[in-house]
Amino acid sequence: MEAAMGLMRRMPPKHIETALSALLSLLPQHSSDLLSQVDQPLQVLCDVDSGKEFILCEYNRDADSYRSPWSNKYHPPLEDGSLPSPDLRKLEIEANDVFTIYRDQYYEGGISSVYMWEDDNEGFVACFLIKKDGSKMGHGRRGYLQEGAWDAIHVIEVGPVEEGTAHYRLTSTVMLSLTTNNDASGMFNLSGSIRREMNMDLPIQEGHLCNMGRMIEEMEGKLRNSLDQVYFGKTKEMVCTLRPPSEVVMRLPET
Amino acid sequence: MVRENNLLVDRCFDCMVIISSFAELGKNEFLDPRTAQVAIIDHVKQVCTEERPATDEELPSPYVEEFRYALDAEILKYIGEAYPKGVCSVYCGNGKDVEGPGADFELVVVICASRHSPQNFCFLPLNLPVSNSTSINLEHSSFLDTILVDMDSNGSWRSVWNIEFKDDIQVVDLNGKLQVGAHYFEEGNVQLDAKHECKDSTIIQAAEDSAISVASIIRHHETEYLASLEASYSNLPDTTFKDLRRKLPVTRTLFPWHNTMQFSLTRDISKELGIGK
Repeated sequence: MEAAMGLMRRMPPKHIETALSALLSLLPQHSSDLLSQVDQPLQVLCDVDSGKEFILCEYNRDADSYRSPWSNKYHPPLEDGSLPSPDLRKLEIEANDVFTIYRDQYYEGGISSVYMWEDDNEGFVACFLIKKDGSKMGHGRRGYLQEGAWDAIHVIEVGPVEEGTAHYRLTSTVMLSLTTNNDASGMFNLSGSIRREMNMDLPIQEGHLCNMGRMIEEMEGKLRNSLDQVYFGKTKEMVCTLRPPSEVVMRLPET
Repeated sequence: MVRENNLLVDRCFDCMVIISSFAELGKNEFLDPRTAQVAIIDHVKQVCTEERPATDEELPSPYVEEFRYALDAEILKYIGEAYPKGVCSVYCGNGKDVEGPGADFELVVVICASRHSPQNFCFLPLNLPVSNSTSINLEHSSFLDTILVDMDSNGSWRSVWNIEFKDDIQVVDLNGKLQVGAHYFEEGNVQLDAKHECKDSTIIQAAEDSAISVASIIRHHETEYLASLEASYSNLPDTTFKDLRRKLPVTRTLFPWHNTMQFSLTRDISKELGIGK
């Protein structure tokens, strides 16, 4: 299992799905571990009641059905599907509403879903999901991308409130792929994923949603920045190592 | 031995063989046109087991060889200047038995440069010295000194240029396929995959002059392509990447989490007034 995870960490991102299905057939005894630990592109369903789309993940799944955050109903219908408590559902509804606006302001499109459930130690867990198709066929405002996908998964474990403070543990994953294609420069694709964790103890007078939202906003900013500055930068560095830009080559004979 | 899709570079004995379909003579035999040697490869162990001189039938005619040899020399010069760890081969793709002017033939230039970090042998276990003969060469081989530079990353640049000498119209048609990949996976996993095709042409001249103009066309296109890759990168932060997620919200200020009630209120009002969603 450790070797399998090591392999998946090093696998080129666009082969993740193929590699995962290969590992599943090699290690059927670890299939649930593999499926829960390897991040895959997010899938979407349409809520029949509200007509809105919602995102599928392990956290809104029960048997083979997925709960919509809009209607609180399972798709396909499932009797006795587990539901959050009424109080938590109230927070979930509010989180979905506010997160929709947050998503619109940062993503100018896309789909978001928030799921919450009680955990075993008097706290709760919330999962914030965003899926954006940034291609010119999708929600790409500027039309630069032939293909563009951003999937963000934020899972926050919220501890019990003690003396007006709660502990928040956020684990965020972003998977992305972007492709530009034109006659002058051909096909150019960058894809990948990163995952980071953030822990904070915060006073709750402004509410859980406010705390969770700020953490997610900060984290998304950091992840976007790392991808842009570090990860894309490293692949560019590699290209320039393979074939240094001409100025560098000109300097070589002198040294 | 470095595997890159269908291009595999093997340092065996004292020559370097690019193992590609262009070099393939039989199922285990690959020609190194520069040394006129044939490497016999064990595909399972992925090592070069034996080497023999190529037979006359396996080599191009003296006429074609003159063009091939001249181009190889020019490409070698170019590779030496442009790719610090590059290797190249020039094969005869078609018409290797053409004896003189009056018929068409085709040369194929294969250029590859790659870097692999030693920590990632799980993908490239065959970079390790496998047999005595390869290990001797590997000690002198250049890729080991990249160890400290690129820890968790791999990369490769490959170009394949089909160069058709069309005798009837006295034109050389060039068709290039360039492919660049880079993979960085330290605390994350990000990959570049880029492809480009280009065409150009020139007139047929004597072998050496043809070689000079073909090599300069290749150099020109590959330099332009590198510049366009750099442009793609520099467009990322403010244009391309913005279509996935903006750095700041459309309001240009951080999201007002402390004041989200305003949204529900505005939404309620717009709902009642029948505007918006």
